[in-house]
Amino acid sequence: MEELVNLFHGFAVALQPFNIMVMVLGIVLGVIIGVLPGLGGANGVAILLPLTFSMPPTSAIIMLSCIYWGALFGGAITSILFNIPGEPWSVATTFDGYPMAQQGKAGEALTAAFTSSFVGALFAVIMITLVAPLVASFALQFGPAEKFAVYFLAFCSFVGLSKEPPFKTIAAMMMGFALAAVGLDSITGQLRLTFGFTELLNGFDFLIAVIGLFGIGEILLTMEEGLSFRGGKAKINLRVVMETWKGLPKYWMTSLRSCIIGCWMGITPAGATPASFMSYGIAKRVSKNGKNFGKGEIEGVVAPETAAHAAGTAALLPMLSLGVPGSPTAAVLLGGLLIWGLQPGPMLFVEQKEFVWGLIASMYLGNLFGLIIVLTCVPIFAAILRVPFSIIAPLILVLCAIGAYSVHSSTFDVMLMLGFGVIGYLLKKCNYPLAPLVLAIVLGDKAEEAFRQSLLGSQGSLGIFFSNPLVSTIMVLGLIALFWSAIQEVITRLRGTRTAAA
Amino acid sequence: MKSSVLRLALATVAAFCTSGIASAAWEPVRPVEFIIPAGTGGGADQMARTIQGIVTKHSLMKQPMVVINKSGGAGGEGFLDVKSSAGNPHKIIITLSNLFTTPLATGIPFNWKDLTPVAMLALDEFVLWVNAEKPYQNVKDYIDAVKKAPPGTIKMGGTGSKQEDQIITVAIEKATGTKFTYIPYKGGGEVAVQLVGNHVDSSVNNPIEAVAQWRGGKLRPLCVFDGKQMAYGDPIADGKGWKDIPTCKSQGLDMEYLMLRGIFMSPKATKDQVDYYIDLFKKVRATPEWQDFMKSGAFNTTFMTGDEYAKWVEGEEKRHQVLMKEAGFLAGN
Repeated sequence: MEELVNLFHGFAVALQPFNIMVMVLGIVLGVIIGVLPGLGGANGVAILLPLTFSMPPTSAIIMLSCIYWGALFGGAITSILFNIPGEPWSVATTFDGYPMAQQGKAGEALTAAFTSSFVGALFAVIMITLVAPLVASFALQFGPAEKFAVYFLAFCSFVGLSKEPPFKTIAAMMMGFALAAVGLDSITGQLRLTFGFTELLNGFDFLIAVIGLFGIGEILLTMEEGLSFRGGKAKINLRVVMETWKGLPKYWMTSLRSCIIGCWMGITPAGATPASFMSYGIAKRVSKNGKNFGKGEIEGVVAPETAAHAAGTAALLPMLSLGVPGSPTAAVLLGGLLIWGLQPGPMLFVEQKEFVWGLIASMYLGNLFGLIIVLTCVPIFAAILRVPFSIIAPLILVLCAIGAYSVHSSTFDVMLMLGFGVIGYLLKKCNYPLAPLVLAIVLGDKAEEAFRQSLLGSQGSLGIFFSNPLVSTIMVLGLIALFWSAIQEVITRLRGTRTAAA
Repeated sequence: MKSSVLRLALATVAAFCTSGIASAAWEPVRPVEFIIPAGTGGGADQMARTIQGIVTKHSLMKQPMVVINKSGGAGGEGFLDVKSSAGNPHKIIITLSNLFTTPLATGIPFNWKDLTPVAMLALDEFVLWVNAEKPYQNVKDYIDAVKKAPPGTIKMGGTGSKQEDQIITVAIEKATGTKFTYIPYKGGGEVAVQLVGNHVDSSVNNPIEAVAQWRGGKLRPLCVFDGKQMAYGDPIADGKGWKDIPTCKSQGLDMEYLMLRGIFMSPKATKDQVDYYIDLFKKVRATPEWQDFMKSGAFNTTFMTGDEYAKWVEGEEKRHQVLMKEAGFLAGN
């Protein structure tokens, strides 16, 4: 009960006119940051952090977290319209969002994406409000072995998704792993696969690869296919929002599942990217319309967006209660807290009530304002597709180049992005799926690190992955997901023999 | 157009005149890039962003200060970037111990002498931490337990590989004749939480990384790797403050290690340019925000510039060479 009283006090703090103003400002800035590929929530928040130095801490964190919400919303826009994920967690949104846009359903896809984001965030905030201390102690149980098990599950629930031959999927994934291995090996402290090129010290940044593979690759394909956008006939009025809303409640099961996956991934902290992939993979398996996934199924937009936003929101919980950021953006926010003299950790909820509950209240309000702002803009976003390709393509190219440059302020990355663009085009032409490659680049080095940390701790024994109920359960879930199609076949055969026997 | 060119020319002439009068003091004429050879959210990042905030808030510089993370290759990316910017006085870099450890461990072509030393801002302390649920009340309890356990089964968590945390771990092993299994993590905050969750048995976290868990009663500090106790007496947990943590040496663990938090700038900087930044950081150090930051991280606030600073860095480099050689961390091993 005390939580609710605190929360209402928090609403009073968040609803002060100045705080509402910074909230709206934060959301708008965040959407812009999310739309620009490469700039990213973490960079955006880091750049704007000093601006908030002169504000009271509560207003400052409200503004920064609203930039974060805005970036989460904004990431979906370019994914759906141009097949360019503005943020890592938007990659899975492109799988069905972009085909929808090509079919002239950009408005529907955007509405579904924004609404799902809101639902996911709301679920996570309610969870934070009610069970924060409980959840924080759950996060403490995740050592390296448990983390590896989570990544393992993410890979397994995604393998076998694509319609392409399994060997091409594996080849693409292995290429991703190889790219992820370049740079500093965090376990031995040695450089790997850099061949003496100092440019490769950093490894291949996921964002550069994605901007190239998806964005540039797509532009090359479109050029080949006649220099025009499909999907220009998208409806551009606000009625599309209401119409889409009518259809959404059907997918409540997908939403709920994605919310839970998202919260879990956000807290552990694996982050929004594996959450969105895992949620998409599981939805594809479980859904009745699973076969249509990848061809423009609205459920394929709902699942990853809900999970990504739930994870992004839930990631703030371990940051506040443990001082461990669940995402790169949360890491920058954490730095902000320290600068304002607030010490995140177990005592923050006790000592800084006004701040914590003001922040939580702003999560409710920020997401609500965010939803209203982006939904009213849906027609404007959808109308972009009516601009002739010859005008918009150079703009996209410039945006991609700026995005690639801003990741590490390096011109080498822009060249790299163009290289990835050509590779992306060729892979698409040869029917190699891009998603497993991307997944392996994002999670490959993290999975490797967790795996080797676990083995260091267990002195090389693989038994550590089945050493306690938590890690065993996740590993078994992963194995089930990996062999799901085989298991399904066995079940149908068993059923078949049984009916035959009867 | 013409008038604006004229005005620009006049302004340039005026600028030359005034700067001539003001004893030719140098000032940045473009935004200053402040490079962090580490990721966002870490200790160096926090310090750099605090400085950026202070400079902006108190308008200590006419040009803006832009903070850029270049963390690739254990910071090698950032160092090489500054090294290749000879003669560009608008680029400064904050350093941690990877100034020495990264080139030694990876063999990238870089040495601190490639840069121009500006100032030491502070030294970061290291503290030996254990989980508060464990029975170890002091260093002796803990080392005895490590000795009793089969070699390599006690886990020490730390930030990065072949960097300061692992160097300290190897030094503890040498000093006590024990054997730990060192597990590298990406960041100090993560290490502290892994210790709270009992996934590792101890850590050598910096104060700022673990203070929240100490206040929450989850961790216990055993000793500080410094020649003298820390200066901050305010109680943090159980009526104890940083000042009450004994030195490791007094506990029979003869090991001292402090980490440089200092500023360097691009090669071939003139004395005027170095003096400008020294003066800037003196102003930063005088602000209450900086003092609060020092207190929250229990920093050792030693400040050095010029030859004294260069000499100190040189001594540290030799020390790291010896420490890393003994531990077998040098590149090519």
